[in-house]
Amino acid sequence: MVYFLIIISAIFVNNIVFSQFLGICPFLGVSKKIDTAAGMGAAVTFVLTLATLVTYLLQKYVLDAFGIGFLQTIVFILVIAALVQMIEIMLKKVSPSLYQALGVFLPLITTNCCILGVAILVGDGTWAAKIPGAEANLLQGMVFAFATAIGFAIALILFAGIREQLAMAKVPKAMEGTPIALLTAGLLAMAFMGFSGVV
Amino acid sequence: MNKPLEVFTNGFIKENPTFALVLGMCPTLATTTSAINGMSMGLATLFVLVCSNIVISLLRNLIPDKVHIPAYIVIIATFVTMVQLTMQAYLPALYETLGLFIPLIVVNCIVLGRAEAFAAKNGVGLSALDGIGMGLGFTIALTILGCVRELLGTGCAFGLHVYSDAYGMLLFVLAPGAFIALAYLMALVNKLRK
Repeated sequence: MVYFLIIISAIFVNNIVFSQFLGICPFLGVSKKIDTAAGMGAAVTFVLTLATLVTYLLQKYVLDAFGIGFLQTIVFILVIAALVQMIEIMLKKVSPSLYQALGVFLPLITTNCCILGVAILVGDGTWAAKIPGAEANLLQGMVFAFATAIGFAIALILFAGIREQLAMAKVPKAMEGTPIALLTAGLLAMAFMGFSGVV
Repeated sequence: MNKPLEVFTNGFIKENPTFALVLGMCPTLATTTSAINGMSMGLATLFVLVCSNIVISLLRNLIPDKVHIPAYIVIIATFVTMVQLTMQAYLPALYETLGLFIPLIVVNCIVLGRAEAFAAKNGVGLSALDGIGMGLGFTIALTILGCVRELLGTGCAFGLHVYSDAYGMLLFVLAPGAFIALAYLMALVNKLRK
């Protein structure tokens, strides 16, 4: 039951884009077409889940164990950067077709703040405070990370679908480009606000 | 043209990180629930931007080209950790509000972007000026957005009551208001620029 709560909370109630404001750059940058949005969503899901696993273990068995928690930011960002590089190299060798699909998005992901943000949330265990009954252990943390990434992918694909239609609409000159995209995101965020209080 | 002055004022309007370059959107939207919060976030970013620009500019001939991005990230992360620890010690209430977004300055595209585009190619003095200019441009943008959201949402500006909060639209302090307020501010800046 608690896993169900975590998933609903991470995808809808505390959606990473619309209520946490993480990962806005790719959200605005790669949301012009549904295809690229889906590719980016898949790449983020893949990297986010792996990165959270690695950083959680590091936090627990290295940073906490030796009392060097203040190095968290430096260690996490370096590990994430190295991990993304490694995934890129491995994908190229193991599955060229998947590399074709995700390859261009991978370098962008290193500086995507939703990866580091979720890694820090799970590493510190602060994510569990919002969900009744949740415990900040490895399995639940991983479920939270995976569901958060799915929430990101859903937000991105929804937004891309609207933007495809928006490209054909007549928009006042000053609102063209980013402003109208932000306004659309605001309306979507309002819709997602309807989920608040569910969990 | 006066080069240092041009570099300094570049970040204010022509290449304002928020309104013109649309960089660093996450802290812009997340931390501007009030004018003070927005300004604090801007100043924290300003500090990291200036320090990392200076250090990267000093080391620009020593860092091998192949590992320049990881090297920059380590330098930036060092200063971010300094800000984080200082804030935690002296301004615990503010640290609590800004929370996650202080460590996330590391992945703010403005900081890495200026390191790559400016500090890696220019001298120490100019890089410092560029950092100050860009940082101030970012701080001004965040303060304005924070002010607008606070005023519309709660009827206050910098914590001072302007009109009764009974008429405030709470929406502007919540998540959707951030997107909507920034959208209209950006449209206004676009209009004025022409």
